[in-house]
Amino acid sequence: MLIQYNYMLKNISPPSNKIILPLIFQQTGCTSQHWRPLIKLQSDPRVFQGSLFQKYPQFSTTAVNDASHGSSIQKDMINVTFVDKDIEEKNIKVPVGMSMLEVAHENDIELEGACEGSLACSTCHVIVMDMDYYNKLQDPTDEEMTCWILLLGLQRRKSHLGCQIVARPELDGICLALPAASRNFAVDGYVPKPR
Amino acid sequence: MYKARAWLSRSFTALSSNPLRVCVVGSGPAGFYTAEKTLKAHQEAQVDIIDRLPTPFGLVRSGVAPDHPETKASSPKKLQQIVINQFSRVVQHERCSFFGNVTLGSSVSLSELRQLYHVVVLAYGAESDRALGIPGEDLIGVHSAREFVWWYNGHPDGKNLSPDLKSTDTAVILGQGNVALDVARILLRPTEELATTDIASYAWTALEGSSIRKVYLVGRRGPVQAACTAKELREILGIKNLYVHIREDDLIKSPTDEEEMKNSRIQRRVYELLSKAAASASSQPMLGQRELHFVFFRKPDSFLESNERSGHVSGVHFEKTALKGGGPGKQYAVGTGEFEDLDCGMVLKSIGYKSVPVNGLPFDNHKGIVPNIRGRVLKNISGDSSQVENGLYVCGWLKRGPTGIIATNLYCAEETVGSISEDLEQGVLASSSGLPKPGREGLLQLLDNRNVRPVPFSAWEKIDSEEKRLGSLRNKPKEKLTTYEDLLKVAT
Repeated sequence: MLIQYNYMLKNISPPSNKIILPLIFQQTGCTSQHWRPLIKLQSDPRVFQGSLFQKYPQFSTTAVNDASHGSSIQKDMINVTFVDKDIEEKNIKVPVGMSMLEVAHENDIELEGACEGSLACSTCHVIVMDMDYYNKLQDPTDEEMTCWILLLGLQRRKSHLGCQIVARPELDGICLALPAASRNFAVDGYVPKPR
Repeated sequence: MYKARAWLSRSFTALSSNPLRVCVVGSGPAGFYTAEKTLKAHQEAQVDIIDRLPTPFGLVRSGVAPDHPETKASSPKKLQQIVINQFSRVVQHERCSFFGNVTLGSSVSLSELRQLYHVVVLAYGAESDRALGIPGEDLIGVHSAREFVWWYNGHPDGKNLSPDLKSTDTAVILGQGNVALDVARILLRPTEELATTDIASYAWTALEGSSIRKVYLVGRRGPVQAACTAKELREILGIKNLYVHIREDDLIKSPTDEEEMKNSRIQRRVYELLSKAAASASSQPMLGQRELHFVFFRKPDSFLESNERSGHVSGVHFEKTALKGGGPGKQYAVGTGEFEDLDCGMVLKSIGYKSVPVNGLPFDNHKGIVPNIRGRVLKNISGDSSQVENGLYVCGWLKRGPTGIIATNLYCAEETVGSISEDLEQGVLASSSGLPKPGREGLLQLLDNRNVRPVPFSAWEKIDSEEKRLGSLRNKPKEKLTTYEDLLKVAT
């Protein structure tokens, strides 16, 4: 639920008078084609963000799990959603600093990582569903590009190697889709030509 | 008819008295990934992996340069260990066995294997070299980079190379791919840095006494077309106290070159690294500095024989080249009629590996591969998809040619195993061999009759421990056993 809430923050525009409770957005889910907020929040960005940062930990815990209230204050955690090929979502709380490949393996998500993060394959690639989050990810290193080009034969589009995406506060709410097969990766339906 | 076929194909998986029996020839990445995916895709399949060496893993054991730093997450040395661990887990599967010291062609023939198993997958790679076909190729001192790599990595077939590193100060390497960079690095790296690696001891001793101080890496085309990748290039440019020389003129780019670079980020990075190295190099090497020269637009025309030592190479006669069209990515080198010589006492040819054909196997000599469609072996090289050899498949370099990295085989194996599964489902395999096959038991019986003693995986574990133990005595991660005698002694 925090996912949707955080997305709203990015679209803050002139002053308004309401804060919408996260519950309303429960239905939206990660699989909507666009990250469209249901209601645009209007307020002075600086003032709003300032007050929000103070309240941030509480929102994250009340929105998700009352029992863990306070636990995410102690350690930096972000929310990540994985979407598998059957369009099933799994929301996971991820400690800052962990790679998405490690997250997947620790949570029984079917993400292959043949070289275990040593930038020697491309089996852990994930599709970043939202362009805003995609733009926040750092530019791929030479080694990562080599994996894409040597192994998959082309420049990557919305995909990233899961072992190279490391959890940071700015990525809170990121939504990652797993490709249907280790070779079929691009959201635009590209299928590499057979050998 | 459909029902009968379906029953027959199901008969493999349903009746454990007739499990699918698969033999994989070759235990490098192609062989292991094939075995792993076959075991996963077919719950009753029994997979046997054979290799002519007593030790498994192919180039993962003998093709990774010893001097890569172990500390970086993306180090080839780290990957080597990860892959070895993964493959070890595959063999330890109850439905999988490894048999070393079994050679296709002499211990057992291809037709015998096809009688013993429902499916045979050939994944034995490329153990020969492309030839230049120019005069002087047989002169002493002209070696293939493949053999040189075997030599410093302690491959039992590499020891006898005995390259002479003492009678010259210059080595010329033909080719600018990652293998060429590997061998250049080993020749130029200060030997103190090699002392704590798993390089073969005899190679380290030879390198300690080496007089080679200058290495030329020569390519037919330009820096924009160089075949190496950025990581490897950075590694060699980072060698301490190394003088690197690149001619400024060689870095001039044509419009087609610019187009190529626009389309390929890898090429761009390589070119940038080369330009930076050229710009920051001092004009002269300092006293005692080792030298690395990148030479472009030179095609070897012949090898020159020494006047003082007959039969030995003393230089390479090059023809200057220019690039001719074909469009971006398709430019090729054409001789200009101008020539130039480079003096040297050793030449390493790093222009590509080549597979070796086997009796009874169709082979495309031009491409150096077994003719196939998605891994299914064809009866001849015409490419006619109706002429398929039932039950015979290929994977890895034997299928695609000697290119790619370890993980390329992952996708290659996926395709081949996909073809096997399709053929199984469509009853193609069942129709010719719906009967149970002897498989492992049959192979072991045949080998026993011939006095061939297969080496099981548990023997590799003994060899591995012993190498690590010997290594610990000399502050090395391992001290490789480099002769068949030593390997078999520890194995049994």
